[in-house]
Amino acid sequence: MELVLFDGFNGLIQGAFYALMALGLSLIISLNSVINFAHGGFMVVGAYLAFALAPYLGFWGALIAGPVLTGILGILVERFLVRYLYARPDPVYSLLLTFGLALIIEDSVRSVWGAGGVPFAIPSWLDSPVSETYFFITGYRVFVMSAITLAAGALFAFLRLSRFGVRIRAGILDLETVAALGVNVYLLRAVNFAIGIALAGFAGVLAAGVLQLSPTMGNDVIMATFVAIVVGGIGSLFGSVLGGLLIGLAAGVTSAYYPVASDVVIYVIMAIVLIVRPRGLLGQEGLFE
Amino acid sequence: MRGRLPANVIIWALLLTAPFWLPLIGGYTALASRILIFALGAMGLNLLLGFTGMMSFGQAAYFGLGGYGAGLALVHLASSSWLAVLIGTLAGGAAALLIGPLVMHRRGIYFAMITVAVGQIFYFIAERWDSFTGGQDGLTGFSRQPLHFSGYAISLRDVPFYYFVLFFFAIGAGLVALLLHSPLGHTFVAIRENRRRATFLGIHVERYVWASFAIAGLIGGLAGALNALQNNFISPENLYWVESGNFVIIAVLGGMRSFWGPLIGSIIFIGVQDYVSSILPNNWETVIGALFIVVVLFFPTGVLGIIRRGVRPA
Repeated sequence: MELVLFDGFNGLIQGAFYALMALGLSLIISLNSVINFAHGGFMVVGAYLAFALAPYLGFWGALIAGPVLTGILGILVERFLVRYLYARPDPVYSLLLTFGLALIIEDSVRSVWGAGGVPFAIPSWLDSPVSETYFFITGYRVFVMSAITLAAGALFAFLRLSRFGVRIRAGILDLETVAALGVNVYLLRAVNFAIGIALAGFAGVLAAGVLQLSPTMGNDVIMATFVAIVVGGIGSLFGSVLGGLLIGLAAGVTSAYYPVASDVVIYVIMAIVLIVRPRGLLGQEGLFE
Repeated sequence: MRGRLPANVIIWALLLTAPFWLPLIGGYTALASRILIFALGAMGLNLLLGFTGMMSFGQAAYFGLGGYGAGLALVHLASSSWLAVLIGTLAGGAAALLIGPLVMHRRGIYFAMITVAVGQIFYFIAERWDSFTGGQDGLTGFSRQPLHFSGYAISLRDVPFYYFVLFFFAIGAGLVALLLHSPLGHTFVAIRENRRRATFLGIHVERYVWASFAIAGLIGGLAGALNALQNNFISPENLYWVESGNFVIIAVLGGMRSFWGPLIGSIIFIGVQDYVSSILPNNWETVIGALFIVVVLFFPTGVLGIIRRGVRPA
């Protein structure tokens, strides 16, 4: 029983990461119409930036600076590369461009910080288990869960309550009309892209404390994130969160009973969801087809 | 097609004589075999990508399965290169045939994400099933076998193997060419050009997407089997989504809308990869990544698209 709890909790943490990644990716797919293959790469950038900055800024400083700097990098990428994709609706171009970007990011991280993993220190008071029976629930993991919940909550509040957020949601529905109403959609898309990338950076910094850092750590996460979005339904932000948590939990529980299948199970879930609900759990008809 | 006859003759003549002139310009025969293999895999994908207009990002799955099919046939069944190629091809085709119904209802971004995710299933199976596939280390312990013709045995060394690959490339390319000139191929193009109109004309669009997907997988399997024979090795990396990206870039680089595009793309991609990885062993991925970006931003119609525009201004 304890093993199931242990793996289930691990899965939930993993799922929370997927959910956070899927949220950012979903935002970018919805408004920028770009499948960002480099999303995992940006997560790695966030993680390594935090690793590099932590000695100077401390853990908390790095936690803030990592995502912000990643977001700024996101704006630059949007201005210099991604915006040229808007005139080309064929997804093949967005896939290829961001795929190339992912290769460059992975290679650059490897050149700067080396191919091997590096450790990332978290504050010691966060590192100790919360209780003795449930040794796997460390303070840091509780912190990670709350931080991700907070970030997702803040994003939803921003999209619901702020003027800019409402414009983003309106732009997702009908960008042309929003542009006709005098909203600067170039700015809208750039900021939206940066928010998505900053979320990936945030996930990276948090992941740095749980997983070991390596230049390729984004590769498997990006695929799981895709699965989370497909399961949740493309175009539904809430669906992304649901999908992420679901597949994370499923992978965790599977690794308690049948470890060999823990990597495959998320794809099996995706296949089942697609057969039963072709547009994903919360997906809407007609979007992105 | 009649107007392109000279071009076709020139291309086939160059391919038939490649082992003789390639060393003169700094290439080597194994590189030419590799180019043909990836061109074949991309040609299969291009049926789906360029002619049916379905953005598949999972070609590596069928390519890799073809490789495992060929390798496992050599290890467990019989030491015959022909049989290995046959089993590998069928493995890729059968898998695509089975996966087809799962993906054929989707379009655009959805189709891309689902094909890539389905491909990952095969990757993880190959990576985890140690006893059968060799796991992460890949499948070894097989080698391409000499061909027997009524008493004569031809060992598949460098140059004979190139012709072995060229033989299957010709079959695959011939199949694609025949298909594109058949009603089936015209239907594919009709779906690409206007899916809704095709539906209104009474075409069961999804069934045709399925057919296109299965044939793409079949040809992918053939290419994968040849790849396994060339390396005498097959690893899960051949199933990974990064490999799928390589096939897409090969098709786009040469020109998705043209029959020979994947061959041109493969020459450039495999050539650049081979050259850059020899001079920049640590950072060749950056160069490849930059190549992707440059192609998307500046050459979206590929090499053949540019040439065609130059010859016949629109």
